[in-house]
Amino acid sequence: MRVLPGNTLLRHLLIAAAGGAALWALTYQLELYRDYQLATAAAYLCATAGLTVLTGLNGQLSLGHGALMAVGAYTVALSQDKWGILSLSLALGVLAALAAGLVIGLAAARLRGPYLAGVTLAVAVAVPAVTTTWSSVFNSDQGLPVALDPPPGTLALEQWQAWLAVGCALGVLVLLANLTRSRFGRDFRAVRDDETAARLAGIDVARTQVLAFVVSAAGAGLGGGLLAVLTQSVSPGAYALSLSLYLLMAVVVGGLGSLAGAVWGALLLVFLPDLTHQLTVGLALSPGAAQRVEGNLPLAVFGLTLVIVMIAAPGGLQGLLRKLVPFRTITPLPKSEERPVSDAQRT
Amino acid sequence: MERWLFLTTDGLSKGAVYAAFALAIVLIWRATRIVNFAQGAMAVAAVYVAYSVTAATGSYWLGFAAAVLSGLVLGAVVERVVMRFVEHAPPLNAVIVALGLVLLVQAVLGSIYGNEYRPVGTPVSRTGLSVGGVSLLSAYDLLVFGAVGLVVAGLALLFTRTPVGLRMRASAFAPEVSRLLGVNVAGMLTLGWALASAVGALAGLLVIPTELGLHPNAMDLVFVSSFTAAVVGGLDSPVGAVVGGLAVGLVLSYVAGYLSADVTPLAALVLLLAVLLVRPGGLFATTATRRV
Repeated sequence: MRVLPGNTLLRHLLIAAAGGAALWALTYQLELYRDYQLATAAAYLCATAGLTVLTGLNGQLSLGHGALMAVGAYTVALSQDKWGILSLSLALGVLAALAAGLVIGLAAARLRGPYLAGVTLAVAVAVPAVTTTWSSVFNSDQGLPVALDPPPGTLALEQWQAWLAVGCALGVLVLLANLTRSRFGRDFRAVRDDETAARLAGIDVARTQVLAFVVSAAGAGLGGGLLAVLTQSVSPGAYALSLSLYLLMAVVVGGLGSLAGAVWGALLLVFLPDLTHQLTVGLALSPGAAQRVEGNLPLAVFGLTLVIVMIAAPGGLQGLLRKLVPFRTITPLPKSEERPVSDAQRT
Repeated sequence: MERWLFLTTDGLSKGAVYAAFALAIVLIWRATRIVNFAQGAMAVAAVYVAYSVTAATGSYWLGFAAAVLSGLVLGAVVERVVMRFVEHAPPLNAVIVALGLVLLVQAVLGSIYGNEYRPVGTPVSRTGLSVGGVSLLSAYDLLVFGAVGLVVAGLALLFTRTPVGLRMRASAFAPEVSRLLGVNVAGMLTLGWALASAVGALAGLLVIPTELGLHPNAMDLVFVSSFTAAVVGGLDSPVGAVVGGLAVGLVLSYVAGYLSADVTPLAALVLLLAVLLVRPGGLFATTATRRV
């Protein structure tokens, strides 16, 4: 039974339009705080979607996506301060992250496995050092405020933020969904599964890897820029190493390589802290202990989930879903044993 | 010149710690082909144990012993409970699991002790002994050199001169053959992780008093520097790890001294990239065939 059109672009646009309309209606129903959470999830989604393409489809592990988000966020903050045109700022944020991604990607294309992880880890750890070293621009640990014009008309700020972020996230999803189904997406997977075979088939391995990194970095830059617009401030503390690890957790739990999994992951990033907050309230600890536990419980849950999912269900949530509901998959599934995630994704 | 002497001794002292930590990374890499990204978090956990024991008993050395012991146990537990399941999986899985452990360990430490820097005492003075008006090695530096030297010598003896060391090398080199010859390969892997984790704990104990203090994230930067050191040495060579550690310590010390202490993470990143792009096998590579 084929309900949706066969043309890939048309199908993705239809799905995105339907999703956008549903979410647009939803923003009127939700409380403002929930609108804000929706916007945050959409901002994270830009980054997780990019990361899942890079790690899941191209097999490159990046621990530096938090840093790339910081690049986008700081660019937006600086550009808003200078010109105050939001669309221009976001575009500049994407461009800056793209440039940073190109630099890291060029190095990454020559590195494999733990070496790449180590280099990107070093990038993530170096973010505070950059903001302190050039403190006249980045204002070290205090960070920068993000100036915003008030939303048009009588629209509540949170609702307007939700529209903006959801719109951007849907755009990213459509672009990435098309990319993964195109020749480039096939190249990504071919390189991940077997570099030698890919090279024999005429694929330029290094160029494919750099391209994957750049595309992924652009997503992270947009996500970071949106996050800066949402919180109206940027500081190195918000883009620490743990953010990179959160993003990784999100794409692993959602299901590496699956854009739907990236959506699950982004939602998890926003709503899991909410859940753990309610849990700590229920625990009735002493105020000091409650404060310590509340700040750290999401981390602990994220870490534990990452370990358990990787060992027990490497396909993540989306992999489990696929086992339960065998619907037509958007991304063709890989076959090789060498790919980062084994068994569970295979159906 | 005085400044240069001071920075050199300081760099060598830091470098000795990086060397020990890099050695721990190399030990696990040789045994299981896994880079243990959780090494830093595990070491911090052991130092928190030392902190608690020292606070309870008032003795630095009891805390020291407790930390090394808990490092040993933690390493064995992590290998048995978690890492065993990803040892034969694609390399990405092991890295991701280790990163999950980082989040978990840091969160547990944070909820017990809180996310603030706690000052840690040293058993001996950290003020440099003055030689002809120039402040040189402190007693603490000597302790660091002594401890790291003992560990390096001890590991070298263990691996080259004892039956256990031979079994460990055999299990890493040819697991199937070793198993056929009656070596308890799984046990050797656990022992390797335990040893590496204990060495990491020792390095953490030595380095944390010289930095900002005890904090769940205190070893993040040390891990990056030590990983750089291990890569400089070739990731496969224990001798390389020690030399690499001292070299990285010196470079970072000069950068901090002549430029600014804030740029050391950037310097570590640049150094790591430079080594990987120019000599991916490390400066002391014995096998030129491995693709990075």
